[in-house]
Amino acid sequence: MAIGRYNVRMDRRTTDAVMIEQRAQAMTRRSIKTEAKQAALRLAIAMVDLTTLEGKDSPQKIKSLCRKAISPYEGSLDLDVPSVAAVCVYPSLVPVAIEALANSTVCVASVATGFPSGQYPLDIRLADVQQAVLDGADEIDMVINRGAFLSGKHEQVATEITQTRLACGPARLKIILETGELETYDNIRHASDLAIAAAADAGSIENGDVFIKTSTGKVSPGATMASTLVMLEAIRDHYHATGVRIGMKPAGGIRSAKTAIHYLVMLKETLGDAWLTPELFRFGASTLLNDLLRQLVKQATGHYTAGWDFSIA
Amino acid sequence: MNTRIEIDAPQDSGESPETTDYNWEYSPAPERMQVDIKDRYGLFINGSFRSPVSKKYFKTVNPATEEVLAEVAQAGAKDVDKAVEAARAAQPKWARLKPTERAKYLFRIARRIQERSRELAVLETMDSGKPIKESRDVDLNITAQYLFYYAGWADKLDYAFAGARPKPVGVCGQIIPWNFPLMMAAWKIGPALACGNTCVLKPAETSPLTALRLAEILQEVDLPPGVVNILTGAGATGQAIAEHPNVKKVAFTGSTQVGKILAKVCAKKGKHLTLELGGKSPNIIFEDASLDQAVEGIVSGIYFNQGQVCCAGSRLLVQESIHDEVVKKLAHRFESLRVGDPLDKNTDVGAINSPEQLKKIEHYINVGAAEGADMHSCPVGDLPPKGYWCRPCFFTDVQPSHQIARDEIFGPVLAVMTFRTPKEALELANNTPYGLSAGVWTDKGARIFELAKKLDAGVIWCNLFDAFSPFGGFKESGFGREGGRHGLRPYVAL
Repeated sequence: MAIGRYNVRMDRRTTDAVMIEQRAQAMTRRSIKTEAKQAALRLAIAMVDLTTLEGKDSPQKIKSLCRKAISPYEGSLDLDVPSVAAVCVYPSLVPVAIEALANSTVCVASVATGFPSGQYPLDIRLADVQQAVLDGADEIDMVINRGAFLSGKHEQVATEITQTRLACGPARLKIILETGELETYDNIRHASDLAIAAAADAGSIENGDVFIKTSTGKVSPGATMASTLVMLEAIRDHYHATGVRIGMKPAGGIRSAKTAIHYLVMLKETLGDAWLTPELFRFGASTLLNDLLRQLVKQATGHYTAGWDFSIA
Repeated sequence: MNTRIEIDAPQDSGESPETTDYNWEYSPAPERMQVDIKDRYGLFINGSFRSPVSKKYFKTVNPATEEVLAEVAQAGAKDVDKAVEAARAAQPKWARLKPTERAKYLFRIARRIQERSRELAVLETMDSGKPIKESRDVDLNITAQYLFYYAGWADKLDYAFAGARPKPVGVCGQIIPWNFPLMMAAWKIGPALACGNTCVLKPAETSPLTALRLAEILQEVDLPPGVVNILTGAGATGQAIAEHPNVKKVAFTGSTQVGKILAKVCAKKGKHLTLELGGKSPNIIFEDASLDQAVEGIVSGIYFNQGQVCCAGSRLLVQESIHDEVVKKLAHRFESLRVGDPLDKNTDVGAINSPEQLKKIEHYINVGAAEGADMHSCPVGDLPPKGYWCRPCFFTDVQPSHQIARDEIFGPVLAVMTFRTPKEALELANNTPYGLSAGVWTDKGARIFELAKKLDAGVIWCNLFDAFSPFGGFKESGFGREGGRHGLRPYVAL
């Protein structure tokens, strides 16, 4: 077991704030119409990690979320709506989700490692992961130790990520950087490189085994186009160096179909068509799903329907 | 070395994803606005359109389709006489007008341009071949901004030249190029009118339609007759304007070759002259730069407006240690560059402005290959069957003595060279007859300042690509500055 192979003195990549924001902005200027729009809406639905992460979450709420995840659209039109990629819940509710999603293609993702702060001793964070995996979670959304990262203890952050991946076993690992707390693009880039390298230290990565994710959704700002673009660039450099495809999950604040399409444009133009799959890209979201459906209905009928025409999760 | 903890888990997430065959193509997104274009346009003299005394017309075509858009008058010497006379007659009254009143006219023109900006953007794209994305988001915005800006100066000239009591120069002859037709018109008439001058403006022969639309706008806002006269025509028309005894100041944006001719003309007659000419601008990338952002700077530096930009970053100087990576990133970036119908809102690179220009670019591409440089071409599919199209490309293994490293190509062709030390970068950068602009990409602030002092360039970008003001060059790139307070200077007598 090679822990800590990540070298903090590795080449640090810098990111220029003005140009990255300009480029991210340019991605919103694409005009996605007709067939391309419909395809994008369906793809975005298939990429949703339908999420609820509240202290008041109940088994009933999770069941309803799971039902929505399996068949998002219950209306009368024949829209060919896919299931979402996963539901994302707290560890204690994983068993409920597993039962509700039996015989479906929808995965169960669990946040872990002392989500959202990560401010717990490492053994507790790892136990958190192991329990969620034992309970059947297919995917683990971990948080990095931002306190350690910001205080310069990068090796410690890397070691913890490596150990978390080992604790995941076969489960897919999504590494939340919490970009809103890292603040600068240079930090986001560095944390992305560090997370990918540390995950690779736990064993070779197949395409889509490991994701990097922007945010917990508990900190503002959540995902932004520019911070996501920085992470996509880290993924691209890793792919060029190794041929391995790391996944990406923006989360927090993506509520409209229009924004989701901007992200898909950015994904396509930064990483290429190979990443246009739920195996390599997810949206961490809750309200986004109904807006995607609403736009899909609009594409089919030519007019918008009322919000209450769509079931809440 | 896989030491993962074995845990029984559901199998449905474990398998590794295969590359999907999924192919998400953007559907066509054409700008659908229909623009009325007359069959024939006259000359705009003394506030109205009139037939040319020369009785000659020429055709202007859409470079993306080769379709003839309109016939446009070709102004001869007599027409130039009339226009200059109208401008001369209008000038004293225009100069005596209360400065705030002059400002009002400029504000009105700017507002009307904003109101009609969609129509103007479509027309600009049809006549010049540039992507609608650029004419809509860049050209039209800057055009209006320039006029708003100079409108603001009209009543503050005493503060721009403290204690000097600036006076207008008189009639200004202004000759503009085809790469930013409307924007260049605004760059020229904005400061001239604000300072109390009157103008005879000649748009380029391949892209005159937006300037003629501007003439219509001048009528709409009731600009006094003769204050701006717009004469269409080719080189001879421009020369007649420059040589006219009553033209006191000549402003030219265009090729160095023509600039030299105008310099002689103006020197003989003692006219004021500003020249904004060609360039072979270096984009210098150091190993500590933010590489992905630098690549974006390279792309907008040389492929914006098909590279038909005087300040294009047409020479790329890359530190040797990152050369291969930058080339790889650039080649990757090529995959998402969209070349085609300029009216499609998703087009990044449109058509070359004219068959003559295309021929010139193709000549240089052949020369580059013959000289032994390696060509890398943008992997776009089939280009449209009609129109003037050039695949964007870049050359590696270019030597400073190669023609493609020395001559201004004015097309989407980039020459990539390497350096090892900042001193070598500086030597290469300044090794050109031109001196319009230069880009420096590094994370090190001190290096930026050091190089900025030593680069022979009128405009220097740091980790960014944009046309800043004051804008203008050194050496064979011309003299005089446009934009900002500096842009007023050529239009006043102190």
